[in-house]
Amino acid sequence: MNTFTICRKELSSYFRSPIAYGVMGFFALITGYFFYAATFFFLQRSLMSTMQGQSIPMDVNEMVIKSVLGNVSVITLFLIPMITMRLFAEEKRSGTLELLVTSPLRDWEIILGKWLAAMILYISLLGLSLLNMLILFAYGNPDWRPMAVGYLGLILQGGALLAIGTFISTCTKNQIVAGIAGFGVCLMLWVLDWVSSFESSTLYKVIGYLSVTSHFESFIRGVIDSKDAVYYVTLTVLALFLTKQALESIRWRA
Amino acid sequence: MIKVDGLTKRYARNVAVDHISFEVEKGQIVGFLGPNGAGKTTTMRMLTCFMPPTEGTAQVAGYDVRENPMEVKRRIGYLPETPPVYPEMEVIEYLQFVARIKGVPKAGAKKRIDEVMEKCAVSDVRTKEIGKLSKGYRQRVGLAQAILHNPDVLILDEPTAGLDPHQIIETRDLIKGLAGDHTIILSTHILPEVEQVCERVVIIAKGKLVATDTVHNLTSRLHGAESVAIEVIPNNGGGPEWTQSVLRRLEQVAGVSRVIPRDSKEGSALFTVESMQDRHIRPDLARAVIESGWHLNELHAVGLSLEEIFLELTASKDAVVKEPEAETPAAPSTPEEVAGEAQ
Repeated sequence: MNTFTICRKELSSYFRSPIAYGVMGFFALITGYFFYAATFFFLQRSLMSTMQGQSIPMDVNEMVIKSVLGNVSVITLFLIPMITMRLFAEEKRSGTLELLVTSPLRDWEIILGKWLAAMILYISLLGLSLLNMLILFAYGNPDWRPMAVGYLGLILQGGALLAIGTFISTCTKNQIVAGIAGFGVCLMLWVLDWVSSFESSTLYKVIGYLSVTSHFESFIRGVIDSKDAVYYVTLTVLALFLTKQALESIRWRA
Repeated sequence: MIKVDGLTKRYARNVAVDHISFEVEKGQIVGFLGPNGAGKTTTMRMLTCFMPPTEGTAQVAGYDVRENPMEVKRRIGYLPETPPVYPEMEVIEYLQFVARIKGVPKAGAKKRIDEVMEKCAVSDVRTKEIGKLSKGYRQRVGLAQAILHNPDVLILDEPTAGLDPHQIIETRDLIKGLAGDHTIILSTHILPEVEQVCERVVIIAKGKLVATDTVHNLTSRLHGAESVAIEVIPNNGGGPEWTQSVLRRLEQVAGVSRVIPRDSKEGSALFTVESMQDRHIRPDLARAVIESGWHLNELHAVGLSLEEIFLELTASKDAVVKEPEAETPAAPSTPEEVAGEAQ
């Protein structure tokens, strides 16, 4: 109950500040462009293949949906820090954290409420990209199941990154610092994946395993791999737990 | 209502609050007095369960801040130094949010919010964004937030800081009006405020308790004796010789311990007369002046202001006071509880 009160408050302040509109506008623009580019490429290829009289099998799922979802997963890496940066930093700066902490609320109710609000904003971003996909369903006949799995993967990945961003936001009073640090961490978790492609020693495999994006691959192929799902859920829970610890330590030190 | 026992807050390098003990009875207004950095805010934050104490205990309405923080939080209204408001919210929206997180029952919430807005005089700005309000209004919204769930205990951290004189008077009146229903602790470093608003004072300096007593007792106790300002006008002439003779005459009055001449203007002489312990010298002084044939222009008692007491107490380093064993709110406390060594 209290969780929803906090969540509602966070959502309303998202939509009162330019953050929500900025993030949504930017996201719609970029994904719109990638969608356009992917569809355009797909059409060109299919035109070419008919002209040449070949019958290469063309797959909308493979060529459009998969490529767009792959791009979305990278774009969100940049947007997630913008969503989470203010969550605790702003409350610390303006002193409203004292109100929350001295109210009969449990720490996890506050944290979960804030994370949930960030999650709802993030999912509504994904909803925007889903609008693009609906065009494919209007004019073609793609398989919806791999797409649904892809979105599930995006939600799981987003949940984990939002939790990390929430944690980082508790560490500073400055939104911008929280944003930049969050961005750095997201970027690092993305880049780790590249490392594993250089070499195949155990160390590199472990590092590669830590990467957020490497676990997204199975989802984008339309496969729910429990190992990857577990990775995201564990990361989410761990980051939220760290947030709780950080909130407690703020109170010890403040 | 509030019972603090050996409360201590230690940071890595320094001790912010050092074994503070005091008690506050139900319905009292207590002034929490100390220079900046004395540990007022830290103590309040421990009482409101914002931070846990390193050592010692504090009980609010019978609940321990460490063992039962939820119950304590339900019974405390807290106004931090900067009002904890969300600038992007409207006043009414903010209070609705606070009502929900403070657990005000849904059924009566709307009525209660209206009541509180009326009490704190913010009804006229109910649909304004808090960020656009003046500091005084924001402070009152903060106060409305603190009393919204009708808590037993109100903790106000420098409620009048940064307000203009008019707003200060309004806020003080508001706080005085809240006494009775609520037990109030308010911190301040403005002394007249304590004299005007509070019944009891807790003075701390450098994290240590320096004194705890009623305002009245503290003033008279520290002073020990009465101090009287007197202005005398000669019937004819005047001059330094006359001033000397007045001084000698006043010194002869029974019970006078000391006469200090103040600036004597042309045609009048000003003195501060100090009495011996527990002597009332004003009637005798008046008679002495009249009988000598001079005119008595002014005669009034000057209590030692809290300011002087405060300076005296906080200046001496080893002025640590023990809380008396049994303390009743009605009976004026014994002088022993104030730092005798501080004098």
